[in-house]
Amino acid sequence: MTDLTRLSAVETRQAIASGQTSAVEVAQAHLDRIAAVDGHVHAFLHVDADGALAQARRVDDGELTGPLAGVPLALKDVITTEGVPTTVGSRILEGWVPPYDATVTERLKAAGIVILGKTNMDEFAMGSSTEHSAYGPTHNPWDLSRIPGGSGGGSSAALASYQAPLAIGTDTGGSIRQPASVTGTVGVKPTYGGVSRYGLVAFSSSLDQAGPCARTVLDAALLHEVIAGHDPRDSTSINAPVPPVVEAARTRDVTGLRVGVVKELQGDGYEPGVTARFTEAVETLKELGATVSEVSCPHFGYALPAYYLIAPSEASSNLARFDAVRYGLRVGDDGVRSLEDVMALTRAKGFGAEVKRRIILGTYALSSGYYDAYYGQAQKVRTLITRDFQRAWESVDVLVAPTCPTVAFPLGAKLEDPLAMYKQDICSIPANLYGGPAASFPVGLSEGLPVGLQVMAPTLREDLLYLVGGALEDAIPYAVPPLTWETS
Amino acid sequence: MPEISRDEVAHLARLARLALEDSELDKLAGQLDVILGAVAQISEVTDAADVPPTTHAVPVENVTRPDVVTPSLPRDAVLAGAPAAEDGRFRVPQILGDAE
Amino acid sequence: MSYETDLAEFEPVIGLETHVELGTASKMFCGCATTFGAEPNTQTCPVCLGLPGALPVVNAAAIEATIRIGLALHCDIATWCRFARKNYFYPDMPKNFQTSQYDEPLCTDGYLDVDVDGEVVRVPIERVHLEEDTGKTLHVGGSTGRIHGATHSLVDYNRAGIPLVEIVTKPVVGTGVRAAAVAKAYVTELRDVLRGLGVSDVRMEQGSMRCDVNTSLSRPGEEWGTRTETKNVNSLRSVERAVRSEVERQAAILRQGGSITQETRHFHEDSGTTSPGRSKEEATDYRYFPEPDLVPVAPDPAWVAALKDALPEAPSVQRKRLIEQLGLSDLDAQAMVNAGVLDLVLATVSEGAPAAEARNWWLGSLAQAANAQGVDAGDLPITPAQVARVVALVAAGDLTASLAKQVVDGVLAGEGGPDEVVAARGLKVVKDTGALQAAVDAAIAADPDAAEKIRGGKVQAVGALVGQVMKATRGQADAAAARTLILSTLGVSE
Repeated sequence: MTDLTRLSAVETRQAIASGQTSAVEVAQAHLDRIAAVDGHVHAFLHVDADGALAQARRVDDGELTGPLAGVPLALKDVITTEGVPTTVGSRILEGWVPPYDATVTERLKAAGIVILGKTNMDEFAMGSSTEHSAYGPTHNPWDLSRIPGGSGGGSSAALASYQAPLAIGTDTGGSIRQPASVTGTVGVKPTYGGVSRYGLVAFSSSLDQAGPCARTVLDAALLHEVIAGHDPRDSTSINAPVPPVVEAARTRDVTGLRVGVVKELQGDGYEPGVTARFTEAVETLKELGATVSEVSCPHFGYALPAYYLIAPSEASSNLARFDAVRYGLRVGDDGVRSLEDVMALTRAKGFGAEVKRRIILGTYALSSGYYDAYYGQAQKVRTLITRDFQRAWESVDVLVAPTCPTVAFPLGAKLEDPLAMYKQDICSIPANLYGGPAASFPVGLSEGLPVGLQVMAPTLREDLLYLVGGALEDAIPYAVPPLTWETS
Repeated sequence: MPEISRDEVAHLARLARLALEDSELDKLAGQLDVILGAVAQISEVTDAADVPPTTHAVPVENVTRPDVVTPSLPRDAVLAGAPAAEDGRFRVPQILGDAE
Repeated sequence: MSYETDLAEFEPVIGLETHVELGTASKMFCGCATTFGAEPNTQTCPVCLGLPGALPVVNAAAIEATIRIGLALHCDIATWCRFARKNYFYPDMPKNFQTSQYDEPLCTDGYLDVDVDGEVVRVPIERVHLEEDTGKTLHVGGSTGRIHGATHSLVDYNRAGIPLVEIVTKPVVGTGVRAAAVAKAYVTELRDVLRGLGVSDVRMEQGSMRCDVNTSLSRPGEEWGTRTETKNVNSLRSVERAVRSEVERQAAILRQGGSITQETRHFHEDSGTTSPGRSKEEATDYRYFPEPDLVPVAPDPAWVAALKDALPEAPSVQRKRLIEQLGLSDLDAQAMVNAGVLDLVLATVSEGAPAAEARNWWLGSLAQAANAQGVDAGDLPITPAQVARVVALVAAGDLTASLAKQVVDGVLAGEGGPDEVVAARGLKVVKDTGALQAAVDAAIAADPDAAEKIRGGKVQAVGALVGQVMKATRGQADAAAARTLILSTLGVSE
């Protein structure tokens, strides 16, 4: 029997449906693999073996069916799971067990998908390397001394190390796409509002989106269809049909597609290897029939500063609820201290440095006297960036750029320099501010480390992402990580 | 170039209910200065034009639900994660400030 | 008398901020029930508990109710508006921000005309907006149940998330010595408007309507003074007393050359005075920003117009109409308004009592009882329906005036409704002529002297015999009927 953990989701489902294997066997194989290798990678914060096997049994009993029934999945620990701990990578929620499932979780379960466990992440999704997790970093399966990207490094690392064929991430400034890029996997951020945020622990409410991650484009598309769609419990959720992503992933025909290379997302600060793989990939698209041109998006350079005003502002408000009263950590309650002091101590101990930094920054940007200068101005930049995108759509169908200016950097390399870390998101943030869909697809290696190409599309046109991703996938074979650290 | 003083950071920390050590206050003041310097550049481009702000990517309006009662959580689920509870309520230490 | 002299010297500016809990079935942003008095924390869910990941969804009925309130207060209704987050920390706030409205309220620029001493005062209204209520905190361990001295507190989130409408007046100027009366009249009329709309049960004693009163004083010709905000104003009487108290307190300070501290003060029912709230180190910065988890509210103008057309008759209009219909004089109406009993009288009439009797009861012994107990007439434990019942019993001859008074006292004492009190105390008029005759015969037999005098032409002497009959029947004889019967029994005519 082939190594079940090396199969794609589609292959896994075929094997189960044809009777070659069972969902329980598949689940067990992945649980075994996690036990064998996750000591090195540290992708998972919590493995729910009982829950996974119970779900697998339901699939084998015929209770649950569908194109992904019985396929295992790694779920970023920012999404609530009833009865299963959810920490959001933070000490302040250590041991918290949600009393309810997120909509995403409900839909995964209803589709028969087997949730193996919750994956590691930068605390409260704030970071680009998963080094800000309160539970220790995740290691890039390509090179354990390097970062797997962030904030969703756990999910991407689980995919790259074959601990799961599917994963869910969330993306606020690039947290699905950048990890996908540096681990050589596929990661998609849907249109804002395309996937319900009910049960997604909020970081920046007007930017957060959950999305599908996988090793293949079709797998991601199938997962996309499971989780996307209107949810009346999320007022910002889009009430429109899910774009035809599976169809596009299958067609993968880019003949006549007009592709625009973003002028402002290249040059200095981009590693030569990244630029080289990107340029080659764009050439490949041309060879496959796409027309390529350069498009200027003059305000994209302001996306990063605007984001680092908007996101922390919303976060400072979203994180106020962690106050030692209703759930989570409580520190310093000695019977003498006031509630105010207990709150302040708890939050100081429970939040890590990056979270505290952003809370203070956000509090500042919203405070009286500063709102207009900071938060207010940043929201204007969103309008300017949106106009850049809309102008681009007059001449092209999709925009492309490198997903990230670098390949995976060494753990610890950027920890002392927050600004340097923030610059990882320079290519990914514009799409978040605009709200349009964007994805990262693997396009080869530079010095043995993966490079990702980012595709951006108009709002509600995620099908175009899958079209391009599929075309690239056929032309550029999936790079399998050497995994030399694996004990046989 | 904004200059954030340590006092200002201390004030923000109080507003945000974060008990920061003095060393943290200093470090943060420095880091915030750098970050704010970097983000201040957006005024280059927003001051000039008369640009309306965008707060939502997708322009949806009037999302409401009908006034219908749906089941609440059972109380033990509500109190399950509570750091302290008494008589079916959440228990907190002595409160200093008045309600707003 | 200090209040009156104070306002001869200073000019008051008052403002009122009223919070009204809407009577919707479910909460503002989730489907939890809103019924009062449930076991703690049994009406909560991830949304109103502010659990990580939870999201709000707006209650359509709350929007409609708020628009109707704005229309009834003659406001402009926004064609587009948003919710905003008001950020501050307090344990009764599950998210440590309140989803409210800031610079884009649903309704703006209205007014409410109120009647004070026969004059119409137009109270200008700044805004009406929608927000969510907080949970309830119990302070344990202290002696007063207040924060001060408590060792810890207990929080119940059943109330958290109930829709709350905030109605804010513009500064009300030029009221002079009537400032306190205007404040009370405004809150009263507002309450009646809200009740008439059916949007809330507006019970101040239950907290479904809460009032904060702002007061400032200045010398004529000068700029407005520093204002204070008084909270914990839990009844209509307290509204008036709070204004009076603050005026007196501020005038005394200003006269001595002192200055008023801008602060929030707490009203005390027992003393009728205010005390300062906890001093805050620094003013709270709420860091308002548009609520990103909700989308804008854009009420369809055609729908708003239809709501306006369907508004019920304003209480003031309704009153005028009823007063005319019942033939009550303006003076009467004014006296009833002043005593705060006009609506009670009208309600009693609608329960079947003649206007004059209704007026007499409410302006008479019931107003006295209210005063004696230190409450508003409407808070007495007797309803207009019950008063109407007593009037009906008198009209039917089942009660005399003095018996009726005893029945009313019994109802006020909590002995039950009029019929129950009559039965329990055995207060029905003795109509049985046989029993009355027996009592008359017994009285005559017991006092032959009186009987002689009466037969001899001294009719006044009948009084003693009537007294005996009343005694014998424990007051339940109709005295006039007894007198007539005594005389006829003795064969004497009037």
